[in-house]
Amino acid sequence: MTIDLYGFGPALAAGALMTVKLALTALCLGLVLGLLGALAKTSSYKPLRWLGGAYSTLVRGVPELLWVLLIYFGSVNAVRALGEFIGMPDLTLSAFAAGVLALGLCFGAYATEVFRGAILAIPKGHREAGLALGLSRPRIFSKLVLPQMWRIALPGLGNLFMILMKDTALVSVIGLEEIMRQAQNAVTFAKHPFTFYMVAAVMYLGLTVLAMGTMHVLEKRAARGFVRRT
Amino acid sequence: MQNYKKLLLAAAASLVFSANALAVDKYKVGIEGAYPPFNNKNASGQVVGFDYDIAMALCAKMKAECEVVTSDWDGIIPALNAKKYDFIVSSLSITDDRKQAVDFTDPYYSNKQQFVAKKGVDFKTDIESLKSKKLGTQRSTQAATWLEDNVGGDIALYDTQENAYLDLSSGRVDALLADKYAIYGWLKDDPAGKDYEFKGNPINEDDKVGIALRKGESDLRTKLNLALKEIKEDGTYKKINDKYFPFSIE
Amino acid sequence: MLLELFIKWLPKLIQGATLTLELTALSVIAGLIVAIPLGIARSSSLWYVRSLPYAYIFFFRGTPLLIQLFLVYYGLSQFDVVRESVLWPYLRSPFWCAVITMTLHTAAYIAEILRGAIQAIPPGEIEAARALGMSRFKTLVHIVLPRAARIGLPAYSNEVILMLKASSLASTVTLLELTGMTRTIISRTYQTVDMFLIAGVIYLVMSFVLIQGFKLLERWLRVDACQGR
Repeated sequence: MTIDLYGFGPALAAGALMTVKLALTALCLGLVLGLLGALAKTSSYKPLRWLGGAYSTLVRGVPELLWVLLIYFGSVNAVRALGEFIGMPDLTLSAFAAGVLALGLCFGAYATEVFRGAILAIPKGHREAGLALGLSRPRIFSKLVLPQMWRIALPGLGNLFMILMKDTALVSVIGLEEIMRQAQNAVTFAKHPFTFYMVAAVMYLGLTVLAMGTMHVLEKRAARGFVRRT
Repeated sequence: MQNYKKLLLAAAASLVFSANALAVDKYKVGIEGAYPPFNNKNASGQVVGFDYDIAMALCAKMKAECEVVTSDWDGIIPALNAKKYDFIVSSLSITDDRKQAVDFTDPYYSNKQQFVAKKGVDFKTDIESLKSKKLGTQRSTQAATWLEDNVGGDIALYDTQENAYLDLSSGRVDALLADKYAIYGWLKDDPAGKDYEFKGNPINEDDKVGIALRKGESDLRTKLNLALKEIKEDGTYKKINDKYFPFSIE
Repeated sequence: MLLELFIKWLPKLIQGATLTLELTALSVIAGLIVAIPLGIARSSSLWYVRSLPYAYIFFFRGTPLLIQLFLVYYGLSQFDVVRESVLWPYLRSPFWCAVITMTLHTAAYIAEILRGAIQAIPPGEIEAARALGMSRFKTLVHIVLPRAARIGLPAYSNEVILMLKASSLASTVTLLELTGMTRTIISRTYQTVDMFLIAGVIYLVMSFVLIQGFKLLERWLRVDACQGR
């Protein structure tokens, strides 16, 4: 069985590449934000705890679609001010950058909770042992807490990444040419909405399978030393 | 030595001139890219259509380098004000509402709105009959404003004109109100369009379509108006018109 | 300025928010009903019972809701068979299309929550019920489902919030729920950022109220005392 794509095959493939690029870039930003959010939320300093809590509550309470639209249209003045400050007065936020910011922000808010859970799951004794050994706090964090946190947080982060990958479809509304947008272009040009949206759906499924496979490998690697050998 | 100096001078001169040649204006043009036959995307991702051809002709006249940026219809004016591009050539009617947000050039074509519904169906376009029908149109258009102000009730608002056509042909709406020349293209070129026809008389007979720019950019506006005048005078405009319509839409 | 805009458009915004809540409520309730058999079948030990729900869940969790919505709304009407079927009066309306799609979508997620909850029930409790002479069905109704409901409730309340936010996609199929209404207002006023901010705050308030409601429900059902582990 062959499906006639009316010459939109390459466009859809380019869309898939854009989707992957967007998802991975937003993931990097989201991981950093999530880690910072979790550190703030578990901090012993009250204003920081409050800030971390406000970040994750505010961002998670508003639809992702609204964040995409708000950041794309709402960042104008802030970006212009920044542009003038660094000497590039014509600086604007591209659809890609807006998409990365919006999706990274949302991923980070959920990742804050995942990382926080992981930090709390690490026995207090480990940190105390580190202190007793005379390790500095940053060293305890990077050598003791972070590697263990990674293993505990990985499944949760994997789920969030699957959600992130599907949320990339929302960035089509600000004109970024990812899978969804390319499918819409194809429908405008060649009709057959069911065919093109189904092809797009299958492409997302393929990406999901790929991500699931990667997660499986990562989880296995992270669990080294925790699996009982028989 | 003398020769060497001359060579250096020539090199410097060529540098200056080429630098001059490089210093052309660069503009970004906002186009929706989902409104055939005025603007839509072909399989290679290239924007095509009447609006695109006009924009390119204007840029050629202004000796400017232009880059096309596509935007959702909903966000096409907000994105202009967000400096995502410098002007919009995307079948944007000049209205008082929009003049609050942006400036317009002289009109580059005139349009009118008309109802389209299934062939052979008795479709009356007086307000009373319209109230009993399920009507659709594209969001943020002249047609949407007209329907909201004159008919009211439950009007289906679409993100793109294409989605509105899809729903007309699936029977979800009884009729669409839209720009006459866009519908003309659909009736003529789209396989689904053959069962449909214009109904009633056009409304908004005096709908002028212009190029939108950010407020206060009068230099660019003057340039665009001049270029528009030039392409109308030298026959470029007529050539583009005839490529899409067998009648003048000027 | 923001307050002025808010008051001016309040009636329209309330109308939009009401539709948002209707869409969310209908889809999470219907989704739960679809999810119960799905989740039970998914946690079956027989592969042929397990595989169909697995495929369903895989498809609906692996593709974006926006695509699913476009498939149902614009895609299905491509076929004459659908347009002549008895379902057309429902599939014709954007409201029912949105409810159906959101229900099918959330059912896949709820089924997974349910499966996790069923598997978290200590096996001893089920064995005890069986040892007391309860039939398989009785065990399911009196032991497994009530236990699973309590274990799964926090995750279910998360899913409700996610669907509240996901309902904003219904604006792409002509529904004037909160996001659609906001976009329509923006098309008349061009107050883009201000209007989106207002809509954001309304969403925030709605999800806050829902979260508090679920917290009360959890306390009333004594969920914390009944967690699987």
